[in-house]
This record gives sequence, structure tokens and C-alpha cells, in this order.
Amino acid sequence: MIGILGSLGQPLPVDPVPIDRPGVDWGAVAPMLVLVGGALVLMLVSSFVRSRRSTVGYTIFTCLVALGAIGAAIPLWLEVNDDDRGPFSTLAGSVGVDGFSTFVTFLIGAAVVLAALFIDDYLRREHLEGVEAYVLLLLSATGGVIMAHANDLIVLFLGLEVLSMAVYVLAAMHRRRVTSQEAGLKYFVLGAFSSAFFLYGIAMIYGGTGTTNLVTILETFSTSALTDDGLILAGLALLLVGLGFKVAAVPFHFWTPDVYQGSPSPMVAWMASGVKVAGFAGLMRVFDLAFIAYAVDWQPLIYAVAVATMLVGAVLAVVQTDVKRMMAYSSISHAGFVLVGVQAATDQGVEAALFYLATYVFLVAGTFGIITLVGRRGDSHHSLDDYRGLARSRPVLALTLALFLFAQAGVPFTSGFFAKFYVINAAVDAGSTWLAAVAMLSAVIAAFIYLRIAVSMYMADPAPEAAGGGDVAGAPRIAVPAGATIALTLCVIVTIGAGLWPGSIADLARDAVPVLATFR
Amino acid sequence: MGALLLAQEGAPDFPILTALVLVPAVGAVAVALIPRARAELHRGVALLFSAAAGALAIYVLAAFDKNDAGMQFETNRSWIGDFGISWHLGVDGISLFLVVLTAVLFPLALLGSTPSHDAKPYYAWLLLLEAGCLGVFVALDLFLFFVMFEIVLVPMYFLIGGWGYARRVYAAIKFFLFTMFGSALMLVGIVALAYLHRDGVEDQNRAVATELLAEQEDPQAAPPAVQAQIAELQADVPLSFDLVEIAEARTVTDDSSGANPFDWTAARWIFLAFALAFAVKVPLFPLHTWLPDAHTEAPTAGSVILAGVLLKLGTYGLLRFGLYLFPDAASFFAPAFVTLGVIGIVYGAIVATMQRDLKRLVAYSSVAHLGFIVLGIFAITTQGLQGGLLQNVNHGLSTGALFLLVGMISDRRHTREISALKGLQKAAPIFAAVFTVVMMSSIGLPGLNGFVGEFLVLIGSFLTRRWWAVVAATGVILAALYLLWAYQRVFHGEPDDDNRHFPEMNWREGLVLAPLLGLIVFLGIYPKPVLERMQPSVDRLIEHVEANSDYTEPPVATEGPAVSAGEEARDEEAEG
Repeated sequence: MIGILGSLGQPLPVDPVPIDRPGVDWGAVAPMLVLVGGALVLMLVSSFVRSRRSTVGYTIFTCLVALGAIGAAIPLWLEVNDDDRGPFSTLAGSVGVDGFSTFVTFLIGAAVVLAALFIDDYLRREHLEGVEAYVLLLLSATGGVIMAHANDLIVLFLGLEVLSMAVYVLAAMHRRRVTSQEAGLKYFVLGAFSSAFFLYGIAMIYGGTGTTNLVTILETFSTSALTDDGLILAGLALLLVGLGFKVAAVPFHFWTPDVYQGSPSPMVAWMASGVKVAGFAGLMRVFDLAFIAYAVDWQPLIYAVAVATMLVGAVLAVVQTDVKRMMAYSSISHAGFVLVGVQAATDQGVEAALFYLATYVFLVAGTFGIITLVGRRGDSHHSLDDYRGLARSRPVLALTLALFLFAQAGVPFTSGFFAKFYVINAAVDAGSTWLAAVAMLSAVIAAFIYLRIAVSMYMADPAPEAAGGGDVAGAPRIAVPAGATIALTLCVIVTIGAGLWPGSIADLARDAVPVLATFR
Repeated sequence: MGALLLAQEGAPDFPILTALVLVPAVGAVAVALIPRARAELHRGVALLFSAAAGALAIYVLAAFDKNDAGMQFETNRSWIGDFGISWHLGVDGISLFLVVLTAVLFPLALLGSTPSHDAKPYYAWLLLLEAGCLGVFVALDLFLFFVMFEIVLVPMYFLIGGWGYARRVYAAIKFFLFTMFGSALMLVGIVALAYLHRDGVEDQNRAVATELLAEQEDPQAAPPAVQAQIAELQADVPLSFDLVEIAEARTVTDDSSGANPFDWTAARWIFLAFALAFAVKVPLFPLHTWLPDAHTEAPTAGSVILAGVLLKLGTYGLLRFGLYLFPDAASFFAPAFVTLGVIGIVYGAIVATMQRDLKRLVAYSSVAHLGFIVLGIFAITTQGLQGGLLQNVNHGLSTGALFLLVGMISDRRHTREISALKGLQKAAPIFAAVFTVVMMSSIGLPGLNGFVGEFLVLIGSFLTRRWWAVVAATGVILAALYLLWAYQRVFHGEPDDDNRHFPEMNWREGLVLAPLLGLIVFLGIYPKPVLERMQPSVDRLIEHVEANSDYTEPPVATEGPAVSAGEEARDEEAEG
């Protein structure tokens, strides 16, 4: 908005006082503009289209917009990694472009593509045809990309809200299901609450430092120290509450199982991948970058949160019988792993966290994609029994899910193994060996649920009593539409590819360590 | 698969160990690609690939230089350069026979049993398992070792859970979680060790650089060569996960006095992280509870491989990544390990006596046998180590054969209850004869392989752990008790109606068991070819331990080559 206003016209010749207008680098904000523009165009076009049927066109358009955002980010990536140019900021220093922000843009773009491909068939299956889901998806992606670029706490808050508002509605997308409505409402109420915490945290930081700009904060603390920093510490704690809610860290996780269970499954694929990436992007920009001088103070806090997140997520996942709830708790546990990387407060830690997120996007999106398919019409077949005999009726689908599950358990030659390895590496190098040990133990606990699902698929015969009348005769019939096939193929390629040649993603992640650049 | 590309980058000589690991992996992919409709091909292709791996292993055995104590057939290529992780493979006298055992047992296990359903995934998993096991034994990079050690879990989990007996799901999950729990901390240990090693090398280098600087009268005016050397020494050292490099560098040593038990330095903690993984795998009492379930519920081929190969991953790990990597910590904790080993011997034997299920009896006998191996390893004497290594092979042969035989009984009678079997000797005399030989080998009868190994272990441990050896010797008696008693109940007496028509061994089964029987007898009579190939590496390992800890081997153990002990054993049995 600032950019648009600033560029609107020439200053009036009669005005003696020149207005100091911020410079706008349109190329630098192109990824956000592409996403938000795509959303608006989609909304506009759909209002002229009479039929509500043609969702395939919307899907393709959404994917193209997401790819366009990735395409717009590629020149930026090349630019910031060019030794002569380097990272920079624009819009009066409130938007920063560095390897970190572009890398996260790539991830969010990929998550949008995956989610759109899974949503496509879902909407037709549930008779929910319409353009709303795609528009909201693109808008929330815009919010995520803004968070990744934020060089100012206010911009970060704006991004967070744009992201959240759209996701609240996505959660309530299934109009005829009470659980979906309930999930949306729950998410909204708790999310609004956490946003308030976040905003209060910003106010305290402003009170303590006199600025909301992350660059200024970093520069202030690199040259001077405050004698009385109570306000800043309280502010940091409140920011952690707000961001911890978005990434579903314990003890701010209570919404996750209910919302994941109630929301439409392909929307959960987006929540667990894109939204989580955006949340961690904000977290790392604030803690690992702007407030790195306060690492000694916030590290114990994140240490404790990471331990609680990994253990609570893993232990509570074990006692679930609903696969969506299981995976919700498992995603909590994975958030704990990313926090282990964040906690290291080193470049290596951020790299590890980014690698973890990059691989996890594909793992979790693929998993919830398959959950969408197995859920069948009504999106209600989510108990463990519904997976019985899947290996017999749909061997390739079962093998794919098994691959994602074993990768999440951290089995070698999958992306998940290296994700854990890099995080452990960063933690040990930063001296948190015991945190690494806790992480590995929680991985063992969490492995139990992945094994349980694999047992259902491979080692149990289809349950005649559980799956309902139509399934007695044989294995349940599950359709795998084309969109989902493309998305799952992508996920499998990344999961195995990163498991054999982790350097391909790790090299990118290394260039993506965030840098706060001043106004160019 | 990544390694295939790496291996092809113009190696001067054929990377035979890479091929050995990849042949079964490629076989697994090949089986997976054959359509389900061509079911007759799956078995043939699986046998072909596992036989090819067996042939490669036998070539390695034939080409092995028995006087070389170091690593042979080495391949070393960078895999993940940033972390100094490499595809580093090699064999020495310690791993050679485990490689051969693995590569020989797999085709026999494949040949000796057929899956009850779904042949295609069954063979694919088995071949993948073989690739993982071979990878563990030849890996000389800590990270690569861990990767192989972990990947083994997945195929075994599916084999037990998919083709096992009644309680297979419970057994499969228990197996997976127990072993994963053990190795979870090992990964942390590996990473911590790599960083400690790097820091240690940096400290050493900088100390040398400081000395060099002090020698120069004017550091600025030093000759360029010296300046370059100093700069090189002061540079950052890259991370490395190479086993040989870390073990030989002696950067991570243990210099704590031991006065305060909580004041251990890092090496002892890391050793414990490693040892836990191996103790679960071996399994050492009291971490053995997964074993009876997994062994009993697994399909026949799975049990053969579990007992024959998978347990050896643990004992091999204790040797290579315990004794070799942490000489001081290993000798510090040796009393605990020999104690647990001896408890395992006695406990396993007593529990085996109580079993009503024949397969469970054999499973518990493994706990006892593996106790012997651990006792031999942590006696840290030439004879003890050689005996332990030989027992690895012996146990693989005899218990593998026992599981095959029990599997045949189970296929014929659809029960493994000892009380339901009676008088099989009358119905199937050849079957009974084969069973007798294998059983005697397991008991440790002179003239068969089991005796040589157990005898060497007892000699070796008597030198350093006298009373432990005395208790362990009772295990030999107990083994005779539970096996002979079981034999008596199953094979002796008049067969009742159910057992009267017990089918005799057919030629296919005979073909599978013949090589095992041949090796059982050959190793019992003439173990020298095996022992003399182990000896240089074992001696070197003990020297390594002595050089890096305050442990010294008792002189009597080194007098006269251990080969003579085996010959003495032979003489004795000739007299007896």
C-alpha cells in the first residue's frame, strides 16, 4: 500500500516541503504482487463465469500463479547471491530481500502448488465447487511471503494477519460439515487471541527500543546494550507466544489436533506445510536474526519449548486412533525438531531448520494428500481401520504413504533422515548435545504411530466390520485423480532425491541464511 | 544408488565391495519391477542376485591377503562433501568372515523356504535386507555405517509383519522400536564424536603451529615454506566421519582418573551411546526381550537371517565401533559387559530349557550363544577375540540351520509345540540325523565348529576374567541339557498317529542344508584357514587397545599363536 501511494503522482509544484517518499523496488516485491494479483484476477474472472463447475481451470491458474511467484523470486535469488550485489531492502527498509526470504518464497510457492492439486478433486468430490478456496489459498500465501520478507515487526504482523485470516476461512471451507465450522471458529478465536499477544509484544519491543524495524534493532544491539531490558524480554516472550501458536509449538498447540481433524483434509495439507513454513520464517527473522544479541536469554526458552513440543507431540500422537489427529500431533513433534535448529542460534542451525522445513513441506503435504484420498466422499474415513488392507487394494498408494511415513520417522535414504541429521548436527555443534538426544528419543516414540499406520496398510486384512457395508466384499475402492497423482509424484521425487543427494537442497539452504540488509 | 554413480567415476580397479553392496540392492529393484503376473520369475531373479553376491564374497575371500592386518579392497569416495561423509568401504580379518557368512546365508535362506503369499515384495525386502547387512560389515565411515545399520530395520519389519506367524504385528513393532531406540542415541554420539575429533585435530595442529612459531626468531622473516606450513596448521579443519581416521588419530581419548564416576569425559559417554545400540542388537541381557518374539514370529528365512546375520551387526559393532574406536572406554566398561554376557549365557540357557515352543527354544539359545561372543570380545585377549569372531560364524551356521529345520517341521506339522511332536526319528531318520549334527554343533561337541569357538572364548576369558569363564563354562552343560532334552521329546519314542507320516527330508532341503553341514564339520576339524586370516587383524586391534589405554594383555595370552589353541582342541578331541 505504501508503495502504491508513494508512486502515485508527482509532488505538486506548489508544495514547498518535499515529502520524503520511500523508494519502491518493484522487482523486489514482485513475488507478493504476483500472488495477490493472481488472487484478485481469479476472483474477478470467476464473477464473470456463470458455471461453478470448472474447477480444473482454477487449479491450473492457481498453480501458474504460484509458479509465477517462484519465477519472480528466481532473479532475486540470483541477485542476492551475487557477491557484487547482495541482499537489500526496499520500501523504506521495511521489506528485506535476502536468500532467506526468497528461499521461503520458493517453499511457499511449492506448498501452494501441492495444496491446489489436492484441493482440485476434493472440491468436486464434496460438491463445493467454487473459486473461494483458491483465492484464499493465494491470499494466505501472500501473507506468508510477506512474513518471510518482513524487516519490520509491523510488516511481520501484517503478513501474519493476511495469512491467518485466509486460513481461518479455509478451515471452515466445508459448509455442510459441522466439524469444519467448529474448526474454523476454534482456529479463529484462538488465533485472534495469539495475534493480540503478538501485537502486545511488538508494543513492548517498541517501548524498549523505540523502533519496530528489525535492522535498527539489530544495529542498536550490536553497538550498545541496554541496562534495563525487562520490556524487551517480556516483548520477546510475547512474540514467541504469537509465533509459537502459528507453528503449533507446545504449550500453544491446543488448537492443532481439533483444527486439523475438523478442517477439510487438503486445507490441512496447506496448514501443515505453507502456514508452518511462514510461521517459522517469522520466528527465525525475529529470534535468529534481529535479536541474536539476546540469544543467551531466549535460547533456554526455546530449548524448553522444543523439548516440550517434541515429547508432547510424539507421546500424544501414540494414543490417537484417528489418523488426522495422529498426523496433527506428529506435525507438532516435527515443529519441535525445527525449533532445535532455531535454538542453536547459529547459521548452521538456521540452515538445518530451513532444510527440515523444505523436506517437511513435501512430506506432510503428500501425507495429507493421501489422507484426503483415503477419506473418500464426506471426508470422514480417517480412522486407522480405514487404512486396513490399503496395500492390497492400492499397492502403489500404500507404498507412497509408507515412504512418507518412514521418511518422517527418519529412515535413511529419505529426506527425513537428513533433515534430522542436519538438525542434530547443528545442535551438537552449538553445544546442545542433550537436546539432540531428546530429539532422537522423541523420534523413536513418534516412529510408533508411523508403524501403526503401516501395520494397518500392510499387515491387517480389510476390516469388514469397520469400513461399512459397501466394503465388505473387498478392499475399499479409492480413486486417485490426476492432480493428486502429479502432486504425489513431486513429493516422492523430492523425498527420495533429497535422501540420496541431500546436497541439492542443503546448498540452497546454506545460501538462504537470513541477512538484515539496510536500505539500498 | 547414489553410490553407483560415484563408483563409476573411473576407479582404477574394480570396486568389488561397492558391487557387493549394490548387487542385492539392484536385485531388489529388479524384483520390484517385474510385474506381479510373472510370479515364476521373482524367485529366480532373487536367487540369481543373491547368488551373485555370494560369488563376489567368495571371490573376496579367495583374493584376501591373509598376512595383511589392515583394510583391503578399499573404496573411498566423497558422498556428502560438506560434512566429510564418504562412501568408504573395506574389509579386514575381522569383517571378512561376516561378509562371507552373510552372502552365503542369504541364498540358502532364500532357497530353503518359500513365502506363504505375495512372493514379489517378500523377495524384494529380503534382497534389500542383504544389501543393508553387507553394507554394515564393509562400511568404514561412521555415517555410512549408521545409515546401513538403520536401513536394515525397514525390510526386517516388513518381513516379520507381513509373512510371520500369529503375533507377527506385535513382534515386528517391538523389533523396530527396540532397535531404533538403541540406535537413536548412537546418531547423536556419532555427530558428537565427529565434532570432538575435529576440535581435537584443530588443537593439535595449532599446538604444532605455536611450536613452529616459537622456533622462528622472527615470525615475519620465516621462510615461505614454514609460513605456509603454519598457515595450513592454523586453518580450520573440515569435519570427518571416517572411522579409521578418527580411531587412529587418538584425538578423543579418555584421561579422566575415574575417581569420581560422574566426571567421565566425553569419550565414555559417547561409547555408551554406541554400546546401547549394539547391546540391543546383540542382544545383551536385559535388553533381549525383543529377540524371542521377533525370532519366533518371523518367517523361516527371516529367523535364519535374524539369528545368522542381524545379531552379528551388534557383536561386530561392539568390536569395530567399541573396542577399536574407544579402546580406553571399552576396557573401562569391560567388566560390565562380561558380566552381562555371562548372565546372558546362564539366563538364556535356563529360559530355553523351559520353552514349550521349539522355535522359541532356539531363539533363547541365541541369547546364550551371543553371551559367549560378548564374553570373548570383552576379555580383550587374542584367543577371546578370535573365539568370539569364530563363534559369530558358528552361531550363524548352526542356528541358521536349526531355524531352517524347525521351519521344515513347522511346515510339515503346522505346529512347533514340543509336546505335539513325538518319535520323528522313526518317521524320518535322515531328517533326525541332520538335526542331530546341527544340534551337536550348537551344544559345542568336539569335532564340530561350536566347540572350537567356545573353547577359544573360554581360554581367552580365563586369562583375564577367570571366574566369569568358570560360570560361562556351565553354559555349555546347560546347552546340552535344553537341546538334548528337546531332542529326546521330539525325536525319540514311538510316533503317534499325527507324527507317523512325518515326511522325510527331500532333495531340495538337503541341498540347502548340505553346505551348512559341510561348513559345520570343516570348521570343527580344520579351523586354521579362518583363524589365520583373523589373526593379523585381531593382533593389531589388541595392540591398538594397549596403545590407547592402560590395559595390557596378560603375557600368557600372547605366547604361541592362537592357531595352536585350535590345534590343541583338535588333538584333545582326537584323544577323546
